[in-house]
Amino acid sequence: MSSASTSAKQAAPASTRDKPANKAEAAADWVDGRLGIYSLAKANLRKIFPDHWSFMLGEICLYSFIIIILTGVYLTLFFKPSMGEVIYNGSYSPLDGIRVSEAYASTLNISFEVRGGLLIRQIHHWAAIVFVAAMFVHMMRVFFTGAFRKPREINWLFGFLLLFLGFFDGFLGYSLPDDLLSGTGIRFMEGAILAVPLVGTYISFFLFGGEFPGTDIVPRFFTIHVLLIPGIMLGLLVAHLILVFYHKHTQWAGPGKTEKNVVGMPLMPVYMAKAGGFFFLVFGIIAAMSAIASVNPVWAYGPYRPDQVSTDAQPDWYMGFAEGLIRVMPGWEIRAWGHTLNLGVFIPLMLFPLVLAAIAVYPFIEGWITGDKREHHILDRPRNAPVRTALGAAWISLYLVLLSGGGNDLIATHFHLSLNDITYFVRIGSFVVPVVVFFVTKRWCLGLQRRDKEKVLHGRETGVIKRLPHGEFIEVHAQLPQGTLHTLTSHEQYEPVELPAEVDENGVARKVGLATKTRAKLSEGYFGEGNQIPKPTPEEHKEITSGHGHH
Amino acid sequence: MSHDMSDDKLPQAHAAGEGHGEAAVADNPFADPGLPPHEPRRTDIDERAAKRAERQVSLLFIVSMLATVGFIASYVSIDADRIVYIFPLGHISALNFALGMTLGVALFCIGAGAVHWARTLMSDVELPAERHAIEADDETRADVIEQFKTGAAESGFGRRKMIRNTLIGSMALVPLSGVMLLRDLGPLPEKKLDVTGWNEATPNAPIRLVNMNTNEPMKAEDIAVGSLTFAKPGPSALRPAGLQESDEDFQEAIAKDALMLIRIQPNDIKDADSAALGFEGVLAYSKICTHVGCPISLYEQQTHHALCPCHQSTFDLSDGARVIFGPAGHPLPQLKIVTDASGYLVAPGGFEHPVGPSFWERSE
Repeated sequence: MSSASTSAKQAAPASTRDKPANKAEAAADWVDGRLGIYSLAKANLRKIFPDHWSFMLGEICLYSFIIIILTGVYLTLFFKPSMGEVIYNGSYSPLDGIRVSEAYASTLNISFEVRGGLLIRQIHHWAAIVFVAAMFVHMMRVFFTGAFRKPREINWLFGFLLLFLGFFDGFLGYSLPDDLLSGTGIRFMEGAILAVPLVGTYISFFLFGGEFPGTDIVPRFFTIHVLLIPGIMLGLLVAHLILVFYHKHTQWAGPGKTEKNVVGMPLMPVYMAKAGGFFFLVFGIIAAMSAIASVNPVWAYGPYRPDQVSTDAQPDWYMGFAEGLIRVMPGWEIRAWGHTLNLGVFIPLMLFPLVLAAIAVYPFIEGWITGDKREHHILDRPRNAPVRTALGAAWISLYLVLLSGGGNDLIATHFHLSLNDITYFVRIGSFVVPVVVFFVTKRWCLGLQRRDKEKVLHGRETGVIKRLPHGEFIEVHAQLPQGTLHTLTSHEQYEPVELPAEVDENGVARKVGLATKTRAKLSEGYFGEGNQIPKPTPEEHKEITSGHGHH
Repeated sequence: MSHDMSDDKLPQAHAAGEGHGEAAVADNPFADPGLPPHEPRRTDIDERAAKRAERQVSLLFIVSMLATVGFIASYVSIDADRIVYIFPLGHISALNFALGMTLGVALFCIGAGAVHWARTLMSDVELPAERHAIEADDETRADVIEQFKTGAAESGFGRRKMIRNTLIGSMALVPLSGVMLLRDLGPLPEKKLDVTGWNEATPNAPIRLVNMNTNEPMKAEDIAVGSLTFAKPGPSALRPAGLQESDEDFQEAIAKDALMLIRIQPNDIKDADSAALGFEGVLAYSKICTHVGCPISLYEQQTHHALCPCHQSTFDLSDGARVIFGPAGHPLPQLKIVTDASGYLVAPGGFEHPVGPSFWERSE
């Protein structure tokens, strides 16, 4: 933007700009001369954002992340990340005189002595729970509406990485207080690492600085929890937001909304007030939650000792599906040639990232099947992409089945069920439930598509019963307004790709690769007959409306 | 390979609506009629309603100010250890509740005020903005590729193959230094996982079993049939005072040495080898689960089943601690016990198998 103006500048004595009207303009001019803010603001000050409640899910992620950082900085001022042993002599009398680590003692100190410390600890933990939950729901929103399609696949991956890192930072965070529950979680991690063939024992010894638990794990986790992972996440988050700005927001189909525009209200003032205000709403609600609902009361668990454990040892819910994997896996162990391969732990350890990665790679798989290289900015209604929606629902159901496996002891005690039965159910359910959910969801979507088609062609039921002169009773259907007709019929429908003819134009047998065949099969599964309802055409509509004689 | 067979199968994006005006609307009922006209809100046309909304927004901001004052007042006036009863929350910290609620209200009201302001008084006219394709046009693309080719040619990267290959080699190797630097994070495992504190014991210098809670040595008659007792190593040559909580390595030691003692009627013991390792029906098993290392602490005396509360691995202690349910891959290791001259339970040696979770080098 500046290459052409350098020569012109030399001739001019100073800025050729008119005198600023007031102090604020003068200040803005000063900043612009150094940072070029006018050029930046020109594109962005009145940048248009479309409005829909589901677009605020990502905002909740952003705001809870900011809250986590703010409260996290506060906590580091008081927390001592050390496993050095001290005798606890604080104001929580049940633990008076007990041998604890400095990490645990300082957590109790934050909770009982530091005024407001308990609140900040609770806000930090609650915000982390809200953060991960919001990332999940935000990701589902993007998935079910097809917002991940070109040009947004890379941003989908950034978001996925943020979710994955959020899991781990959450795990590291609740390990820091060195209480009985968190120590049990770390022991689980050690057992999982030991199950890695060949190098597991070495990784474990390097991570713990020797044998479990040692005295290094809390200070090491602390650095990773407050510096390494948040640093990476901050970078990813900024990149994520830059791409959101650059791509501009997606929007729902509707009158006046096309792939080439974005319809909504400008950043200044409406979106600034709404989004800025929403930060305070999120912060306020999390603060109130932290005032009334206790999360992770480490004083009730006691300090960690490797030979003690409480029942109902549970990780935070977002690690629950990993817990489920490890609980329901049969204890397969192979011993040969003087070595032990602990498949009972190693397989869940490998499945954990795979369950997540399945959703990470989805945009690329769908893009390959459709072969669609165009940009997409109009969102799909979930019903109009039945197979995608069904896959997402199946994935969620797998997640929930495994989560119930992770909480099998709680389910058993609360609902008076046999623990073993729940485990057997989860073992089978992990395979069966997603399949059932897939087919149910797909049929449900197709049913909704049929209903849309019915509404477009026959209008809306008015509830008015009319008697015709010859005595017949009919219910009057009202034509939908043109805007609604457009909204209901503007979605795209792909045709399944067909395999090329077996012989080419010269009659020579054509080689069809496995990839091509797979793609044709998948495409048929997505867009073939019975997998989507053909949308109504203007001709059908005209024929029906003219036949009825009213419109 | 697959491009050619798909392009004609793509749907035509918005064939009906895109950019066509009224003409398209006339002959196509599904065409895009364009942005609907703006419908004014009550506050747009009724100045009294607008004034009321203005007062509501200000009231929310004032409530926020009051709540912040309340936060500061709570901070200085409420003791950190004061507990109050609030229905339905129960007994909770008064300071935490007061600070959290005032902070919550102070923040929430700013947000609610801003959002209410935006929704009632700021313009709600929807405006369209144009999108521009993310992809560059062909001319730019060709230009950039040309520039890149020039740069690449000037560098000679493609031409001087030896430089290129050695550069790739050096770049591939240099991260190994970083990996090497991690070596001193911890010692090598060696055989550390195979041995426990009980390995100090020999038949000539056995180690007494000491009750975890009372710190007293135990006799067989101290252990009732159907009870579960936890034990740790008593005095040995290396630890003259026995394993104590104040020992520097207590946590690492107890993570492997913890014992679970049960007493079963000798004829109820199904596994003869297991019975032989015990003494008059008293059996000593490792307390550490062989799945991922949680301490096992739930015992059902009727069935002699022990359950790990972490992942529900269940062991039959009357049958050599065989796994009967759950994800554990092998039985709990058993410690041979006998009695010494004074009749106290002692271990004449270590566990036959390594305790705790499996690992690659575990031979068994």
